[in-house]
Amino acid sequence: MKTALQKEAVVTHTASTGTAATRRLGLLSIALLTLTVVLGLFVSDEDVIQGSTVRIMYVHVPTIWVAYMAFAFTAVCSAIYLSGKNRSLAWDRVSGASAEIGVLFVATSLVTGSLWGRITWGTYWVWDARLTSTAFLFITYIGYLAVRRLGGTQRQRAKRSAVLALLAVLEIPLVHFSVRLWRSLHQEASVANRGTDVKLDGLMLFTLFLGLVAFTVLYVWMLFHRQRGIALEDAMSDKGLDIAIEQRRAESMVK
Amino acid sequence: MTSNSSHSRWKVVRSIARKDVLVEWNSRVLTNQVAPFALVVMIMFAFALDNEGILQRVAPGLVWLATLFSMLVVVQRSFAVETADGALDALRVAGVSPSGIFFGKSLALMVQLFVLQALLMVVALVLYNVEISAVGVIEAIVTMVAATCGLAFVGTLYGGLAAGARGRETLLPLLLLPVVAPVLIGATRATEAAFEAAGTNVSEGWAWIGLLGVFAVVFGAVGSLAFGPLIDE
Repeated sequence: MKTALQKEAVVTHTASTGTAATRRLGLLSIALLTLTVVLGLFVSDEDVIQGSTVRIMYVHVPTIWVAYMAFAFTAVCSAIYLSGKNRSLAWDRVSGASAEIGVLFVATSLVTGSLWGRITWGTYWVWDARLTSTAFLFITYIGYLAVRRLGGTQRQRAKRSAVLALLAVLEIPLVHFSVRLWRSLHQEASVANRGTDVKLDGLMLFTLFLGLVAFTVLYVWMLFHRQRGIALEDAMSDKGLDIAIEQRRAESMVK
Repeated sequence: MTSNSSHSRWKVVRSIARKDVLVEWNSRVLTNQVAPFALVVMIMFAFALDNEGILQRVAPGLVWLATLFSMLVVVQRSFAVETADGALDALRVAGVSPSGIFFGKSLALMVQLFVLQALLMVVALVLYNVEISAVGVIEAIVTMVAATCGLAFVGTLYGGLAAGARGRETLLPLLLLPVVAPVLIGATRATEAAFEAAGTNVSEGWAWIGLLGVFAVVFGAVGSLAFGPLIDE
């Protein structure tokens, strides 16, 4: 006879966040990313001014676009959670999963951007309005993820983080606006403007959009997995008590 | 009817603010701990920068950084008082409206932060040898009022969010500081103008005070709406 504990062990052992559909999605994202790498690194031309460094763009630009999309999706799901009558926790899990991936992508974009800056501008960082706002965006969502880990019930987590996600939508434009004001009055000629007016030839543009599609598919694939991962975590914490009781009972049976 | 309900709303706000200020007044935490902490921060800045010319140049920024650091302590205090004995829940059970609690606690924070800032301004004038004109004094006071409102609203909102959760002491700075970045930018520039530091003119500060005003209005409005869902558990 299997105890609940053993059953739980079986469940957690076999429970996977993947399905046939997500496996196909994963394979598709690998294929698209590979194609982006091949086109970006080997097939597309060098830039007239920037040379080979322009190739970083194929990662740098799509990742920040997808990050914006991920954060927007977090806000939308949070709004649905707060406005919905049944208040399904699924919306909360999707919000959290999307924000996690968004943070990862912003980080990627910041790192690739500063590497590019080191080569092109000779410095990893400039106090440009867009860079500074992006750093704030990054920190804001790290804060959001920290709030999700505050503890309490899952309902508490959902409500808190949903309100915070909506506040972030308000905060980010305010920060961006004031940082732009700050820079516009204080900065000497900005190096950030150099090289932004590049004309992209057909293949470069195609590679850029391919990168966008590839990273979007990657995002969707990760979103499915993370969202199910969080659901499993939640289910485990729900069942934690049942397991503890079962363990106690098993101990007394042995004696 | 409407005037009656707004009258009672104001009464709620006032009595909650009065309660908070009284609690502070009796415990003397602001005067005995937070203000000395802010003072030591100002002195540490002088050690770190070690140059009177630089100090005069950056005095406005230092005043506001010291304010923000002290504010973290004050906000934590403000909600530690509420959550210690489940006082926040008791207020809600007693039927006090969330927006009433929000504005009441914000008002109490405003009073405390204003006192703190006034002190820091005087400290900057004395320790960093800053000179200020009569118009500059008025501009500095208006800046303080506008910035205090914004800081108090944001502080109450995020303080309420972290209230009652474990680990809030470490979380609050991470949540709060990015949000108040516009206040730091606006208030520092306005104070620079008031001090006429870095070759600025007094008249340049008013636009930045406008930014502070917008910030305060936005977070006052949003805070009164969002505070209810945050503390209703």
